[in-house]
Amino acid sequence: MPIQTPFFPRTSALCNSMNWKEWAGYYAVSSYETLHDSEYFAFRYSAGLLDITPLYKYSVKGPDAAAFISRIVVKNINKLGIGRVSYCCWCTDDGKVIDDGTVMRRSEHEFFVTSAEPCYSWFSRFLRGYDVELKEISEQIAGLALQGPTSRDILKHVCDADLDDFKFFSTRLARADGYDIYVSRTGYTGDLGYEIWVENKHALKIWDAIISAGKNFDIRPAGLDALDVTRVEAGLILKDVDYYNALHALIEGRKSSPYEISLGWTVNLNRDPFNGQAALKTEKEKGSKWAIVGLDIDWPQIESLYNRHGLPPEIGNRAWRGSIPIYTGKDKKTQVGYATSGTWSPILKKNIAIATVEKKHDMIGNELQIEMTVEHKRYTVSAIVSKPQFFNPERKTSNPDSQKS
Amino acid sequence: MNKKYDSIIIGGGHNGLICAAYLAKAGRKVLVLERRHVLGGAAVSEEMHPGFTFSVAAYVVSLFRPHIIRELELAKHGYEVIPMDCSFLPLPNGDSLARWADPQRTRREIARFSKKDSEVYPEFSRVMTHMGKLAKTVIDYPAPDITSINPKELANLFRLGKTFKDLGPELLHLNIKLITMSALDFLDLWFESETLKAPMSVSGIIGTFQGVRSPGTAYVLLHHYMGQLDGAFRSWGFSKGGTGGISMACARSAMSYGAEIRTEAPVKQVLIKNGKATGVVLENGDELNAKVVISNLDPNRTYLKMVGKEYLEDDILKEINRFKLRGSSGKVNLALDSVPEFSCRPGDGDHIRGDIAIAPSIDYLEKAFDQAKYGEFSTRPYINAVIPTLTDPSLAPPGKHILSCFVQYAPYHIKQGAENWPKYREAFGDAVVDTMAEYIPGLKDKILYRQVLTPWDIEQKMGLTEGNIFHGELSLEQLLFQRPIAGYSKYKTSIPKLWMCGSGTHPGGGIMGANGELCAKTILTSRAI
Repeated sequence: MPIQTPFFPRTSALCNSMNWKEWAGYYAVSSYETLHDSEYFAFRYSAGLLDITPLYKYSVKGPDAAAFISRIVVKNINKLGIGRVSYCCWCTDDGKVIDDGTVMRRSEHEFFVTSAEPCYSWFSRFLRGYDVELKEISEQIAGLALQGPTSRDILKHVCDADLDDFKFFSTRLARADGYDIYVSRTGYTGDLGYEIWVENKHALKIWDAIISAGKNFDIRPAGLDALDVTRVEAGLILKDVDYYNALHALIEGRKSSPYEISLGWTVNLNRDPFNGQAALKTEKEKGSKWAIVGLDIDWPQIESLYNRHGLPPEIGNRAWRGSIPIYTGKDKKTQVGYATSGTWSPILKKNIAIATVEKKHDMIGNELQIEMTVEHKRYTVSAIVSKPQFFNPERKTSNPDSQKS
Repeated sequence: MNKKYDSIIIGGGHNGLICAAYLAKAGRKVLVLERRHVLGGAAVSEEMHPGFTFSVAAYVVSLFRPHIIRELELAKHGYEVIPMDCSFLPLPNGDSLARWADPQRTRREIARFSKKDSEVYPEFSRVMTHMGKLAKTVIDYPAPDITSINPKELANLFRLGKTFKDLGPELLHLNIKLITMSALDFLDLWFESETLKAPMSVSGIIGTFQGVRSPGTAYVLLHHYMGQLDGAFRSWGFSKGGTGGISMACARSAMSYGAEIRTEAPVKQVLIKNGKATGVVLENGDELNAKVVISNLDPNRTYLKMVGKEYLEDDILKEINRFKLRGSSGKVNLALDSVPEFSCRPGDGDHIRGDIAIAPSIDYLEKAFDQAKYGEFSTRPYINAVIPTLTDPSLAPPGKHILSCFVQYAPYHIKQGAENWPKYREAFGDAVVDTMAEYIPGLKDKILYRQVLTPWDIEQKMGLTEGNIFHGELSLEQLLFQRPIAGYSKYKTSIPKLWMCGSGTHPGGGIMGANGELCAKTILTSRAI
């Protein structure tokens, strides 16, 4: 049975829909109201507040901390500046991705790592020879994601950090009302936003402070359903949905390399040895088999399929997850991949999906076909290959002085 | 500077801009001339009080055609619409009715007034969804010409006929009723509760000089049901940054395709040589030439001001003079110090994040119309109010709010004469604030700034003749192949090379974009340029 996060007294009081799901052994709100739309729009037009405590959290401290993490993950963390955050993944020896997460450098010898899966065992395998202390702090630290255009204004009222000069993918210690919090300018919505890390005992205080400061900025508690729409729009992949943990995959075919799941950019190949380096070098030279792409699914075709049955187009208002075949060829019958998640994007006015396709079909602009079931019948509609990152507003990375409306 | 343009568009309303975007996208050289310093016409956002951005006139969106968003890449250019979740009806007796996107919640709300109605409500929506499908054939194509035997016209007529036939006999009969009945009679076919019928019936009178019991208003009801957002019919939404946000997205799209847009460039008249439009003369005397001139203005202004009586044949002149404008609504925009809370349902919850109707009973609405019939504004008007700042905080300083009130009736022709409206402007504003204050205690103390727009002001400011928000009433005799004038319903005017793309053309008003799109497409397919 799932357990409660430290925010449960607040989230449960607000969750009118009683719509919960299990996330890493915790109760997590899917949507606070029956329909999650307003929570999605809060992320995009004002601010949404999401309990992200279920993420796994690790503290890595010691003179060799940077070298140790660099040994495990595909990115060279030695080069990560103090107060900076890195998004990356870590691999098996044969270069297959285990998990993805963020690495935050809090000081020269102190790191904070988040992941979607328990990784203590994997990380601790490589401890020998490094002067570091690895500690799992998942159950001591609570997390909140405050995401959306007004999140900066809200957070300014909650802590003393200078947020006007706080870059995308930075982290810092800040003082709230009598207690410390760590703030990072990170998130899973692809928008302006922050993640706030706090000791459990201060969790309710920071929640209340944020909600109270947010009142003038149209804040709204938001659940995972709304988050799922935003993360597909932002082209952010999700473990166990868009790819499998290589350590858990039952068959080889379910394993993916970073290059195959659009994380090739996080790999620093030419440096001291790290897990999977040799295999990744080989793959880089020889080319990958698969690629994750974005798909822009043709709306007029969908409309006309529904029209054929005398129906107005029905699009679920939730993001979907699953495996939908992708085809190519004249007969539209040669399967070249599968879409793993997708959504109607209210802000882009597009029906989009994240898909894994054979590498040779991943050119931007390429036309593929995606299977679609309308009124119990299967059809295909065209889908144009694009970058998975469909939505990327300027405000995500800009600061007030550089921001233009 | 006598550059030759393929087309000059008079008026930078959303339709003018969309028309410009389509023409520019097709490679034509386009110039848009806007009289004011801001673009958008009636779909305009202006900072009227420091930090407060008002959707001065048009305030919500629903009818905008989705394919235009795609074809002109408007999402990329900043078209952002946030759907409204609730329709809220406060009642004077302290009760209230909220209709939500969540059907079960709505059912329970309606059941408090009528258990029967609560179960019939989804059936009504189902039927209206079928009717709404007509939108594709009715509003996404130019009106068919019923007098022509040109095969293309017959095909158009056939397509329209087929859509109606496909409805099946039951719905077809209903459609006939819809066209001929009053909004209220039509709703009586389904519902018994006045508390439900009153706020539903007002969709039938918005922007018209009719009451909910006037025959023909059922059609206007449908007009407002044809809207869709993200594939969901009947939903309304806020445009991010106010309705001017949509106009600006259209403008940016047009410019991205190479259209030229000039503001503060008022046009004095259309240049006519040998009976054909050849360009325009600006107020400052500049003459600009173009292969075609397109007017985004209403039919009255286009024919009588831009062309002039001397170029019009008698029958055209007669038609234009009988074209009904007679604006019936005003707008009151309030900047507020804090959230307006309703005594019947306090708090700043989701119930006030959608639209709020002051329409407590049918008699209330009829009485409001009665006053208008005799040349007075309603002292207790029908009001459709929204608080967009609860959804889009960018419109006002933190914690401050905007209460935007669409008000009906405010007849253009008051008995004192339309030109005397300015004398009654504040009294009209007071009537609106007094009405709202009956539901929102303390409202008057919250007001930081008040903008009152009478139909006279709408005419002066936006150039909408007689303040009609639809460029001409949406009554059946002024729709389809008769909009604006029978025989000139396909965006052409009686003056060769002069076209029209505003709401006064088929398919009518609202932030829909279809007029501008269809005008441009008609011009392109007829190879006029």
